[in-house]
Amino acid sequence: MARKIPQLNMSSTADISFLLLTFFLLTSSINTDKGLSRMLPPLPDPNAKPPIIKERNVFTVLVNTYDQLLVEGKPGDIRNLRKQVKEFIANPYDDPNLSEGEIITLPHLGQVRKSKGVISLQNDRGTSYDMYIKVQNELAGAIYELRDELAQEKLGRSISQISDQAILDEIQKAVPMSISEAEPKAIGGK
Amino acid sequence: MSRFRKEKKKEVPALNTSSMSDIIFMFLFFFMVITTIREATLFVKVQVPAATEIQKLERKNLVSYIYIGTPINIQMYGSEPRIQLNDQFGTVEQISAFIESERAARPEQDRPFLITSLKVDKDVRMGIVTDVKQELRKVGAYKINYSANKTDNLFK
Repeated sequence: MARKIPQLNMSSTADISFLLLTFFLLTSSINTDKGLSRMLPPLPDPNAKPPIIKERNVFTVLVNTYDQLLVEGKPGDIRNLRKQVKEFIANPYDDPNLSEGEIITLPHLGQVRKSKGVISLQNDRGTSYDMYIKVQNELAGAIYELRDELAQEKLGRSISQISDQAILDEIQKAVPMSISEAEPKAIGGK
Repeated sequence: MSRFRKEKKKEVPALNTSSMSDIIFMFLFFFMVITTIREATLFVKVQVPAATEIQKLERKNLVSYIYIGTPINIQMYGSEPRIQLNDQFGTVEQISAFIESERAARPEQDRPFLITSLKVDKDVRMGIVTDVKQELRKVGAYKINYSANKTDNLFK
């Protein structure tokens, strides 16, 4: 008859693994790496002339040191900014004050109106970062919504359902993220 | 008869706790997989703003972090917003050297894809952020990410 092996006392293993668990809980953080991704423009060439853009194709957004908005020369509200940007870029009724468009033909989407509009954002050195992110968020949100609407119109699908990179590239080409940040100014003090 | 035998004083049987450690280990592995070791000890208060149009950062090893915020230890470092690079305070002039060292630490084929994540406190004024951005443009680190938290409604 085989000898009976005495049972091992395993209760301390639980203690040890609890210790390890608390150690990892304290030294690590749940991944929170998300945010608004942007491309910075290269530094301007001092000899190059700035490109000439028609006045009607520029949508200016100014944020002052008190976090107030000046949208196209009029005091604006952040709540309406997204709607205004979308109207400016899409310009469905060909308003001469809003952006010009050109018809381009793309292999998957067919004929698309591409706006020549550029959003120009200028902030003061005293603008709060919170406000700046809000404005950036609304501008990006307007572009994303336009892209989504284009996908719905042409393909009958929302943009999150499209996985084909070629189509996504085309949509990005049709509605480019044309946000230009002007060189900063210091008007309202620090 | 044995059936009617008077009950003897019974001992409570020892609980078998060997499966408990298995469960805890499972927890441990779960947390090890979903979390990351903190990159740096923060010397500045960073409470990132909220935004709705959030993208996730892929490929963590290509991200370098710049923290901007008010120092936590105000008595020692004052209440002006400061920049933190790795484990120490930095100045705007040191950013180019910081980016160069971050580049040198990555394999050559990954260097063009480096992303700089700006973790900026929401109460900071734009002046210092603009300086940092200008400095990043000078060294050609064009890809940036304004770190933000996900929210459903921006205007609460």
